[in-house]
Amino acid sequence: MKKLTLIAGLTLALSSAAFADKLLINGAGATFPFPIYSKWFSEYNKLHPDIQINYQSIGSGGGIKQITEKTVDFGASDAPMSDAELTKAPGLLHIPTVMGAVVVVYNLPAVPQLRLTPEALAGIFLGKITSWNDPAIAKENPKAKLPDSAISVVHRSDGSGTTSVFTDYLAKVSPEWKAGPGAGKSVNWPAGLGGKGNEGVTGTVKQTEGGLGYLELAYANQNKLPMVELKNHDGQWVKPSLESVSAAAAKAEIPADYRVSITDAPGKDAYPISGFTWLLVYQEQADAQKGEAMARFLWWAEHDGQKQAAALDYAPLPHALLKKVEKTLETITVQGKAVLAARK
Amino acid sequence: MKSLGLRRGVNWAMTALCALALLVALVPLASLLWLVISRGLAGLSWDFFTSTPAPVGESGGGVANAIAGTLYIVGIACLIGVPLGVGAGVYLAERGDGPLGGAIRFTAEVLSGVPSIIIGIVAYALVVLPMRRFSALAGGVALAVLMVPTLARSTEELVRLVPRSLREASLALGVSEWRTSLSVVLRTALGGILTAILLAVARAAGETAPLLFTALNNQYWNLRADQPTASLTVQIYNYAVSPYQDWHDKAWSAALVLLLLVGTLSLAARLLARNRFR
Amino acid sequence: MVLTVLGAAVLVVAAVIVAELLRVGGPSLAQTGLWSFVKNSVWDVTRDVYGALPFIYGTLVTSGVALLLALPVSVGLALFLTEMAPPRVRSIVSFPISLLAGIPSVVYGLWGLFVLVPLLRRPVEPLLARTHLPIFTGAPIGLGYLAAGIVLAIMILPTITSIAIEVLRTVPGSLREAALALGATRWEAIRTAVLPYARTGIIGATMLGLGRALGETMAVTMVIGNSPTIRASLFAPGYTLPAVIANEFAEASGAQQTGALAALGLLLFAVTVLLNIAARLLVRAVRRGPARVAA
Repeated sequence: MKKLTLIAGLTLALSSAAFADKLLINGAGATFPFPIYSKWFSEYNKLHPDIQINYQSIGSGGGIKQITEKTVDFGASDAPMSDAELTKAPGLLHIPTVMGAVVVVYNLPAVPQLRLTPEALAGIFLGKITSWNDPAIAKENPKAKLPDSAISVVHRSDGSGTTSVFTDYLAKVSPEWKAGPGAGKSVNWPAGLGGKGNEGVTGTVKQTEGGLGYLELAYANQNKLPMVELKNHDGQWVKPSLESVSAAAAKAEIPADYRVSITDAPGKDAYPISGFTWLLVYQEQADAQKGEAMARFLWWAEHDGQKQAAALDYAPLPHALLKKVEKTLETITVQGKAVLAARK
Repeated sequence: MKSLGLRRGVNWAMTALCALALLVALVPLASLLWLVISRGLAGLSWDFFTSTPAPVGESGGGVANAIAGTLYIVGIACLIGVPLGVGAGVYLAERGDGPLGGAIRFTAEVLSGVPSIIIGIVAYALVVLPMRRFSALAGGVALAVLMVPTLARSTEELVRLVPRSLREASLALGVSEWRTSLSVVLRTALGGILTAILLAVARAAGETAPLLFTALNNQYWNLRADQPTASLTVQIYNYAVSPYQDWHDKAWSAALVLLLLVGTLSLAARLLARNRFR
Repeated sequence: MVLTVLGAAVLVVAAVIVAELLRVGGPSLAQTGLWSFVKNSVWDVTRDVYGALPFIYGTLVTSGVALLLALPVSVGLALFLTEMAPPRVRSIVSFPISLLAGIPSVVYGLWGLFVLVPLLRRPVEPLLARTHLPIFTGAPIGLGYLAAGIVLAIMILPTITSIAIEVLRTVPGSLREAALALGATRWEAIRTAVLPYARTGIIGATMLGLGRALGETMAVTMVIGNSPTIRASLFAPGYTLPAVIANEFAEASGAQQTGALAALGLLLFAVTVLLNIAARLLVRAVRRGPARVAA
């Protein structure tokens, strides 16, 4: 009995020592950019085998909470933190990484194309439009063979930046939505099924014939789900694409702390449910080793990393914004000393 | 009075219904085992046992780190839970006839019915928040709390089976009471206690809910107690609710590995118990 | 001394669990009041309104469905194995049943998600809809109360069965023989002599099964559809107490949401503890000896 315990204890101690030379940085949060983040962290690990960045896609709400509690080294969110949330995490920076689109996908094998007006979209998520052949849908899709069956609405069950972007849009285009569920990371859904993460919503829509849900563009493309065309601020029908996302960001005024919404953006080609996604890091890093590694990674992500964005269906940041972000990254300090400035 | 024929008919019908119950119970089991084995085998490969997970959307990769993580977290749980559980059990058997013993016994019984997600919340508040990190240790603590009550109760029973004469012989030889408990009583009951430990380990290895916000997950190898660690169960959950076919296949394969692990432990426990009582 | 400390550790663990839940969840419960928390059917994180009713309802409905399905099968199975089947069959069957108890819940969830839910979507739910009962209406999505109830039924079946078998074994042979000697058929002997004697124990077994169903997390989260609404139809998606804790606890922002979730945990804890106490007292009364912990 005692020997067993001793052996087990020794094994634990030894194995810990064997792994101690690798630097493990822990992060958690948004599922929206998970496909590109997981690619980035994997690529970065190949370039720097001694640095492992462990990222868990638990949702933006989780990312904000855990970085506030400092149980992770960085957070990630595609909903900017509110002022109230920021007061609990003083010194936390929003570092924009890429842009993406929240797309509305559906599962109707007989209908390859679908258009929805903002009113129809809000109506479906409010639970007012429940059938696929509702006049509000049929009017804009005269050629589609819409079935006389129920729409299974799928939304997020966790606190989500994707939800935040989506409901932010709905609140802008639908007064009824604004007065009802409202905008937020986790709203009181009048209808539908909850799926965990972008992964869960995608999985549920894919499995459920007659399903309709919202998710990040990359998930829709990877899973070959048909996407709804939406009517934008200028009254044009637009398909979600990297170009239409970039168009939405083109005219946006971006504040110094990067907390901005670009939903329902003006512009003929602008996709109306576009958004930034952010990594959340503290300006003053407590751990010298991790802080420096994190700052270097961010620098890499904003340069080499941007080149991988398009292949994974994310829009790279506009050039002007990148220049501003560089300046912000240079303000990251470890024990008062700027990490990246020292490198130069 | 009903006719004999009718009564015999009812008797026959009820027997048939009860036999049907057996069938109804076995159908889901057969379906589940068949799918886990057939779909799980299809996805097994060398990579599956040796690699860490691939990035989203890329095929390949494996769950090697999750298998190691499960063993590691359960190992930590054993280091904490086994001495506590077995110790409490010995106490209950040896000195547990007073009111304190009664209270402990009752608490252990009730604790064994507490939903494991609740233990997860408590471990988050008590280990993760103060340490400022999700960790294998937090997961191990949560699983240990789940192991203690069952272990305590089964240890008590097994120790009570040790003949009084053995204990008295040891005491008569001048061995202290404490040493008697440890080296005579515990050693005699050791086989049975090992069985109980194996069963508790099997149960702990299959837990998911208490690990969600304690050990979290990790896409890399990790055997450091103070870092987030992957586990088979959390990995199965993440893969199952994902939209990727490749991940679904991996979920089934990981389920097969988990079932084999749990099954081997239970089988070992059974064999151990059988040999002992023969 | 060491032993006493180890023994007392069990009490400490229990006390710590209760204290932690009270510390995190207590203030929010005290603020809203237990009754208004329980009867409020709105869970709106954006507006910081937290009501427990949808989760309580979902937990009760899914556990209810599970009991309804599992109880007859478990008791039938237990009767078959103890009273009817030859001993050989009993020893062969007891292994798969204990296997059923040992399968991790996430594997049940996996099976539920990829086997049961598609099966419910077509053909089971459309067929049930033909009955036009209010509990079988709405879109046949597959994910929902019914799916969760069925998965739970399968999961609690071994629990109820194994305890029911133990209870049935305590029925004195003389009772059975007396009934048979009076000319009763085997079923009549069971109905008039065995079942009445074992009734208390079977109720206890049922309560332990219920306790397991109430607290089950993963398998339910994966198939219930996670929607904090209250619907009469079993086809509709719902939510349960453990499922919402699993989904929202790691991300709950602000003391209010965390508090509300911990309060849900406290409710769940209290209910399962009470149920377990009652069940164990019942089963213990039947066994008339130190009760063994059910596996």
